Amino acid sequence: MTVQLQPPFRYVGHKRRVREDRRFVAGGGHFAADLVLAGMLHCAPVQSEHPAAIIVSIDASAALALPGVRAVLTGAQLAAASEPLMNGAHTPLVVRYPLAVGQVRYAGEWVAMVVAESRALAEDARELVRVEYEQLPFVTDGEAAMAEDAPLVHPPHGSNVLLDRHFVWGPVAERFAAAPHKLAYRVRWARSSTVPLETFAVTAQWDASQDVLDVWASIQMPKFPDQIARSLRLPGNAVRVHYDVDVGGSYGVKRGIKHAVLVGHLARVLGRPVRLVEDRLENMTGGDMQGPERVFDVELAFGGDGRVHAMKMRALDNVGAYAGRSPFQLGKPIGAIVGPYAIEAVEYHALAVASNKTPQEAVRGFGQAPTNYALETGIDKVAAALGLDRLEVRQRNFIRADQFPYLIPSGTTYDSGNYVGLLEKTVAVADLFAERDALRAQGLLAGVGIASCLEPSGGNSSFEPLLNPANRTTTWMESCRIHVDALGGITAAMHTTTSGQAHETLVSVAVAEVLEIPPERIRVIRPDSLASLPSNSPVGSRMAIMLGGAAVRAAQKLRAQLLAIAAHDMDVPQHLLRYSEGDVQAPDGRKLAWQELVVIAHREYFRLPPGMEPGLSASSIYMVPTGGALPKDDKVQMYPCHSFEFHYILVAMDKVLCRPQIRRYIIGHDCGQVISPDVVKGMTLGGIAHGIGAALLEEFSIDAQTGQPTAASFMDYLLPSSHEVPLVEIVHQVTPSPLTVFGQKGSGESGYLGSPAAIAGAINDALAPHGVRVDQLPMRPALLSDLLEGTNA
Amino acid sequence: MKLVLNVNGAARALELEDRTSLLDALRDGVGLKGTHAGCEHGVCGTCTVLLDGDAVRSCLLLAAQAEGHAVTTIEGVTPGPGELSIVQDSFVETHGMQCGYCTPGMVLTAGALLRDNPKPTRDEIVEAISGNLCRCTGYGQIVEAIALAAERLQRSNTP
Repeated sequence: MTVQLQPPFRYVGHKRRVREDRRFVAGGGHFAADLVLAGMLHCAPVQSEHPAAIIVSIDASAALALPGVRAVLTGAQLAAASEPLMNGAHTPLVVRYPLAVGQVRYAGEWVAMVVAESRALAEDARELVRVEYEQLPFVTDGEAAMAEDAPLVHPPHGSNVLLDRHFVWGPVAERFAAAPHKLAYRVRWARSSTVPLETFAVTAQWDASQDVLDVWASIQMPKFPDQIARSLRLPGNAVRVHYDVDVGGSYGVKRGIKHAVLVGHLARVLGRPVRLVEDRLENMTGGDMQGPERVFDVELAFGGDGRVHAMKMRALDNVGAYAGRSPFQLGKPIGAIVGPYAIEAVEYHALAVASNKTPQEAVRGFGQAPTNYALETGIDKVAAALGLDRLEVRQRNFIRADQFPYLIPSGTTYDSGNYVGLLEKTVAVADLFAERDALRAQGLLAGVGIASCLEPSGGNSSFEPLLNPANRTTTWMESCRIHVDALGGITAAMHTTTSGQAHETLVSVAVAEVLEIPPERIRVIRPDSLASLPSNSPVGSRMAIMLGGAAVRAAQKLRAQLLAIAAHDMDVPQHLLRYSEGDVQAPDGRKLAWQELVVIAHREYFRLPPGMEPGLSASSIYMVPTGGALPKDDKVQMYPCHSFEFHYILVAMDKVLCRPQIRRYIIGHDCGQVISPDVVKGMTLGGIAHGIGAALLEEFSIDAQTGQPTAASFMDYLLPSSHEVPLVEIVHQVTPSPLTVFGQKGSGESGYLGSPAAIAGAINDALAPHGVRVDQLPMRPALLSDLLEGTNA
Repeated sequence: MKLVLNVNGAARALELEDRTSLLDALRDGVGLKGTHAGCEHGVCGTCTVLLDGDAVRSCLLLAAQAEGHAVTTIEGVTPGPGELSIVQDSFVETHGMQCGYCTPGMVLTAGALLRDNPKPTRDEIVEAISGNLCRCTGYGQIVEAIALAAERLQRSNTP
C-alpha cells in the first residue's frame, strides 16, 4: 500500500522550469539520428509495390555491383538467422519478421534492406533491386476481411480474425428487456496516428570482443532490449540499449522492434555500425506506425429520464497486416468502458481483423479515444431522442463524488472523481449556447460540443491476460535509483527513454520533495539497459504515477538511511529525530548536517550503525498500486487511476465550404495533484491538438481498388498547424487519487481522449437544424458540404 | 563538388555531392546537429534555418544554393555555452516545447518574426509559426513564448 504524502508541498505543484528545455532550446538534444560512429553504414528499404503478392525472386546483383554498396538483406536471409517478432494475441500462425518472407501483405512493406556507405547511395542502389512478384487478391476493408470468401492475409491462420472476444458484464439482457427506450447506432473512427515529427531512427553496433550489441534508438517500448535479444537469439545481457537518446515525439508509436532487430542483425553480420533513419515516406507506409481503425456498433437501453441502464458495444478494429500488440488496443478501454457514467450492465464484443494494410501500432490512449468517441456519441443521441439537454443527461448519468471508490461492471474500481463538480465549473466559464445562437443568427452553422471522458492512468498490462489467457503477465513496474556521492551530490537514475514528457523534471521534483532539497541540486540520468533496473517504459499514462512513485520510494529509503545513521551517531532513538532539508536534528539541539552525514556514510565506517552498508544509495522497483491479480470471471482491475476531462466547445462553419472553425475551446481537467503545472498544461493542449487532427484532418486513406496508400506525405496527410488549433481555456480541479504518492493521476493522454468526441458533437449540433448528421471521423469539409447539399441550409 | 558555406559567421569549406541538401550539408558536412529533418518535403518546418536572416527550409535548398549567403542555425543564435538568447529563454520560461525536435526551427522562425515585427499580435504570431508544425504542444505555450520574448526584447537593450 502506498503511503501518501500530504500537502502543502514544497516543490510538487509549483511553477518550475522544465530542466530538459534548456538543452532542447539550444539545439542540444541528443536524438538518435545525431549519433555518428566511425565506419557507420546506412540503410534504405526496398518496399513492396503491391498490397498482396508472392515474392518470386529478388535479384540484387545490380545493386551489389554499385561501388559502396555493402549488402542487400532479404527477408528469407533474416528469417533464417532470427526468431519472429512477438505477437500479443494468441496467433502463433501469424508470423512476422522485420522483412517480408515469401509474401508481401501490404503496399509499402519492407522486402529487402540495402546497406551502403551513405544513405544516398543506398537509395540509388535500391532502385536497382529487382523483385519479381506474383500478385494475389487482397482486402483492405475490415468488415470485408471477415467475409467467408475474403482473401486471407495469413493463410495458415485460417481466417482474418485475429481476436474475437465476447464479454457480458452484469444483467445486460434483463436491462434491455426492461428499458422503456433503446437506440442503436454506428460510428467510424478512421485510421490516423500520432505521426511524430522525428521518424524512427536506430543505430546498432556489435562489439565482437565483448559480445555485446549496442543500440541507440528513438523508442518508447516496453521490454525493448529483451525483445531484440530474443529475436536475435542473444542472451539478454548481450543487448545494451542506450536510454539517454532523446526521442523526437512518440505518443505511443515509437516501438521500433522490427527496425532494431533488422539493424542489430546487420551490424553483427557486417561487423560495422549500421544506421537506419526512415524518410517520411518510409515512415508513413512501411514504418508500421498507424493507429486504430474502428467501426463501433452500439446499442443503449435507457429510461425516460435519460439514465442509461445498459450498453452493448461491438468494436471492430482493422489492425492491418500483422498482429503485434495492436489487438490489445481493444482491451485497455475495458477498464473505462462505461466512461464517467453509472451504467450497470455492458456487453462488449472485441474483434481485431487483419487486412492488407500497414500494421497498427499503439497510439496515445491505447484505444481509449475511439471508445470515448463512440460512447459520447451515444449520450448525445440519448439526449436528442428524449429532447433533453446534453449537459443534463450527462449529469444524471455521472458517477457521483460520494460513490468512489466505484466498481464498474467490467471489474475495474475507479479511484476517485468529482465529475459533476468539474462540469459545473467548466460551463460556468461561458454560455456557449448563447454564443452559438448568436453565430446562427449571423447565418453561420454553429454548434456546441460536449465530451466527458476518463483517462485511465498508471498503466499495467491487465488487458494481456484478459484477452489472451495464455499470457499471464501482470507485473508492470517502474524503477528509480538514487545515489549520493562522497561530495554530497545527488544523482537519480531512471531506466527508460523519454520523448518529451519531462521525466527528468518529474524525478527531480519527486526526490526533492522527500529529501527537502531543491530539485536543481539533483542530477537525473538515464543509464543504458545493462545498468538499469526494470522498467516498462512511458506507456499507459503512467510515469507521473509510476516513475514518480518509484522516485519517492527510493528517496524515502535514502532518508530512512540518513535517520538511522544520525540516530546511531547521536545515540538518540530514531523517532525523536527531526529531518529537515537534508539535516537531522536531535531534541537537545544537536544537529548532523547533510555533509556530515555524507562523510559518515562514505568515509567514517566506525560511526555507521553495525551492519549498515557504507555509501548512500537506495532504489525502488515500484509496482502498480492496485497490484497484479489475474482476471477472474472475465473481469479485471485495469489501470489504477482515472483522470477526468470535460470538453465544452463552440464550432462554427460557413454553409458553402463547411470548414469547421473552433471558436471557443474550454476544457475542465482533473488529474489529481499536479506535479509540474507547465508539463500538464502542455500535455493537455497537445492532446487537444492531436484530437483536432483525428476529428477534422487526419486519415491514412487507401485506394480500395489498388490497395495503395493515398496519404503518405505531409501534403496529403494533414497535421494541425497553429491555424487549426484555437486558444484553449483550461479549468482546473484537483481530486486526489488515494492510491498514489502525491495523489497524482496521469495526464499524458489528456485532451486527446475527449476532443474528437467534443468536435464531432459540435459539428452534429451545427448540422442538427438541417436534419443531417455524421458519425464518422475525420469530418472533412467535403463530407460536410456534400451532406448539406439538398437540405434547407 | 567543393563549396564554401558561411555558417554562423564562419566560412566552412566542404566537399559534397552536387545533390546534397543544405540540411544534410549542415548536419553531416558541418556537423551541426541542431537542425533536424522532419518531412524533407517542405511542409513541417522542422529543418528551418535562417538565410540572410530569413527563415527558410533547409531540406528544400541545395547546399550549393546557399553559397554566398549567410546561414544561421540554432547553434548560431545561442550566445555561448550554457547561455540562452532572450527568445530561447522565453521558450524555456513558458515550456514552449516538449520533445524538443521542432524547437530549433520554431526558435529561428520566432526570431525572424520578432526582427521584422517587434510587437506582433497573437494572430500575427500564429501566422508566423503556421509553417512550423509541432506535434507535442498544440502551439499554446509556443505562442506564449514568442509573446513573452517580444515583451522582453522591448524592455531589453540588446537586439
